[in-house]
Amino acid sequence: MTAKTAGCASALLLFALSAFSNQANADTRAFTGATIMPVTGPVIDNGTLIIRDGKIDAVGDAEDVTVPRGAEVIDVSGKVIIPGLVDTHSHVGEVAGGDSSSPIQPETRVLDSINVRDSGFDRSRAGGVTTANLMPGSGHLISGQTLYVKLREGNTIESIAYRRADGRIDGGLKMANGTNSRRDPPFPGTRAKSASLVRAKYVAAQEYRDKIEAAGNDASKRPDRDLALEALVEVLDGTRVVHFHTHRHDDVMTVLRLKEEFGFDVVLHHVSEAKKVAAEIAAANVPVSAILVDAPGGKLEAVDLLSENAAALEQAGVLTALHTDDYITDARLFLRMAAMGVRAGMTEQGALEALTIAGAKMLRLDDRIGSLEPGKDADFVILSGHPFSVYTDVEETWVEGRKLFDLDDPDDRAVAEGGYGVLAPSHAAHTFHGYQEGH
Amino acid sequence: MKLSRLLIVAALSASFSANAQDIAVRGGVIHTVSDGTIENGVVLIKNGKIDRVGPASRVRIPDGVETIDAAVVTPGLVDAHSVVGLAGYLNQAHDQDQLERSEAIQPELRAIDAYNPRETLIAWLRSHGVTTIHTGHAPGEIISGQTLIAKTAGDTVAEAVVDPAAMVAATLGEGAIVSSDGRKSPGNRSKAIAMLRSELIKARDYVAKIAAAEDDDDKEPPARDLRMETLAAVLDGEMPLLVTVNRHNDILTALRIADEFDIRLVLDGAAEAYLVADEIDAAGVSVIIHPLMARAARDRENMSFTTPAKLKEAGIPVAFQSGYESYVPKTRVVLFEAAIALKYGMAYDDVLHSVTLGAAEIIGVADAVGSIEKGKDGDLALFDGDPFEYTTLATGTIIDGKLVDTTAR
Repeated sequence: MTAKTAGCASALLLFALSAFSNQANADTRAFTGATIMPVTGPVIDNGTLIIRDGKIDAVGDAEDVTVPRGAEVIDVSGKVIIPGLVDTHSHVGEVAGGDSSSPIQPETRVLDSINVRDSGFDRSRAGGVTTANLMPGSGHLISGQTLYVKLREGNTIESIAYRRADGRIDGGLKMANGTNSRRDPPFPGTRAKSASLVRAKYVAAQEYRDKIEAAGNDASKRPDRDLALEALVEVLDGTRVVHFHTHRHDDVMTVLRLKEEFGFDVVLHHVSEAKKVAAEIAAANVPVSAILVDAPGGKLEAVDLLSENAAALEQAGVLTALHTDDYITDARLFLRMAAMGVRAGMTEQGALEALTIAGAKMLRLDDRIGSLEPGKDADFVILSGHPFSVYTDVEETWVEGRKLFDLDDPDDRAVAEGGYGVLAPSHAAHTFHGYQEGH
Repeated sequence: MKLSRLLIVAALSASFSANAQDIAVRGGVIHTVSDGTIENGVVLIKNGKIDRVGPASRVRIPDGVETIDAAVVTPGLVDAHSVVGLAGYLNQAHDQDQLERSEAIQPELRAIDAYNPRETLIAWLRSHGVTTIHTGHAPGEIISGQTLIAKTAGDTVAEAVVDPAAMVAATLGEGAIVSSDGRKSPGNRSKAIAMLRSELIKARDYVAKIAAAEDDDDKEPPARDLRMETLAAVLDGEMPLLVTVNRHNDILTALRIADEFDIRLVLDGAAEAYLVADEIDAAGVSVIIHPLMARAARDRENMSFTTPAKLKEAGIPVAFQSGYESYVPKTRVVLFEAAIALKYGMAYDDVLHSVTLGAAEIIGVADAVGSIEKGKDGDLALFDGDPFEYTTLATGTIIDGKLVDTTAR
């Protein structure tokens, strides 16, 4: 085939596809009658959501959106539709990163530890979660590479992993400071030592990067491959976001200082004392993924872990998300956390963003997920009522146009409620060391 | 022993009523719990006790009485089992007095000797409408010690504590099995039960010897033994045995022990109670359900959000608890736990009852607290809406007629 005819064939194919797309196919569904909260646009009281081939085709007022001929029409009158929730910090899947041999192990990947059959994925979907950042624990200065997953059904970890544009598996790097990573040697004993170990490692990564660059195409001049430094080079060149566990105000400032020195992109996680340094976080233009729990304390760093933190961040203009930290809070109740944020002063819009688009931005997936907009993945949740009411149930969770949680299905309901053997094997609680050692 | 206990209680109640006050609350909705719901009502508290409750048209507020408005008024919430006050929020060695690991069975450990009424977590519960807590030694040993009942106001044990020796706290199942702290026993369930039964039999003999000495001047009573004295109080029904137990088979073990020694049993945790509800009901035992938002780990791996609804359906009295947490968050809050029971199928009135009067009945203080009725303590929780709605604020807490919290949290 000549280049010219190939071009013609492509053009024909495109034409055929676009002609086809004016017609509904078996995978086109129209959800009608619901209150739709697109998050990035105003609430639509009587909305229509059209999905096709796993993507959102149209979303808008019933009067403005035409249901394609032949589409399956699903009447969801009285329901509320919101985007699939983005959990920016989860430990489902029996994740593991570094072991106890050293405080800095960026070469470890959670993808090498995950059990895709872990019931945590089912629980997450029961809570409306459709995307999660699976993280190793916080007992290290650098505990390993995180993994962004789409909670579609999958038999392998590769089949649920998000991919970067170049096809590589997508994820960030988990770091921590404060007390969780302070342990007996070879772990650091003080905050200053913690920062100094991290700085030394990043300096080494800079030198490693420079050597590779200097070697150019001359393989003989390249340094030996170093998996740890390779991961840090990705951080330095901006392709891998740092997810930084940090609680105390001064530890937050240490993170900002490291960011400044090494120029990496970072998301602050948990941030018990965010309220005290909200202005500084805002000035650094750094996002925060916060956790809200039902009481302060439990460790010294968390004595100010109050729900007011998220509101303070929102008011300071910080891009603010929430996360389950599952097993710390149960992903089935993720909506509740945002409601508790509202209780403590967040706006409803801010709380909704914190569950969806804000997290999507932190994972750099906001071109695909986080809101209900044409062209984005058809990830959404059908609720029985207002997202922040105790009386509201997650009725259905759709991932890429497929209904993967249905409260009317007895097995799914069992996951949502719990019961004898329904969450087995619940190894996550037993083997995930972070649960013992802290977050 | 009984006399000394009575004296402590008398001293405590005397010191407390000295602080009592007059206050009136106007409520858009008043849930009395004992006698329905009143719209546009008034609760009048005099000398720390509820004097009148009824529609605003019929209850006149005397001139000069401090008056507070609230959208919704409930009885002060009752937390049926906690460790706050013994367990502090810092979670450092110096503020963790809820569990002594030196021996498996130590009923002689009194909660009042470790209770810190100024603990931050108590104020935290109080700011969410909780006015009465049953707190003390934590699960983790076969018998870890005693519990007490306190109001969430008061700066000293004498001011705060209502019942200094409420129950004896026991644990069965995985939670009581030692693993790594140098002791070998109990290494499994059978051993734990053998140890518990042996100790109860020893206490039975102790009681018998005292009785024999009372009947016969020639016989010497046994030397005082604090451990035996406490178990004797369990055996004669004065103090219930609060058994933290989650698995279905361990729950049945608890029923078996209670039957053998004819002791008053209160089940705590009870994650798998839905599997043995008939047996629990037949034994006439109440359940203080684990915090529903506790993590589903270890013995609780089969827990269900629907258990309170199911137990209530089976006719079993149920109460909520803040429980014991070893990490973040350092305590749960019964207001929030009750809301989860509501979310997962328990009827509204049942939830409200379980977090107030029902809990008071189970811990034995229903004559004084748990409902808004004449003569009871002036303990109220105020809200700006439906108490169980996530976004409703607890706007005020009144204890013995004193407004003790206005955080609006």
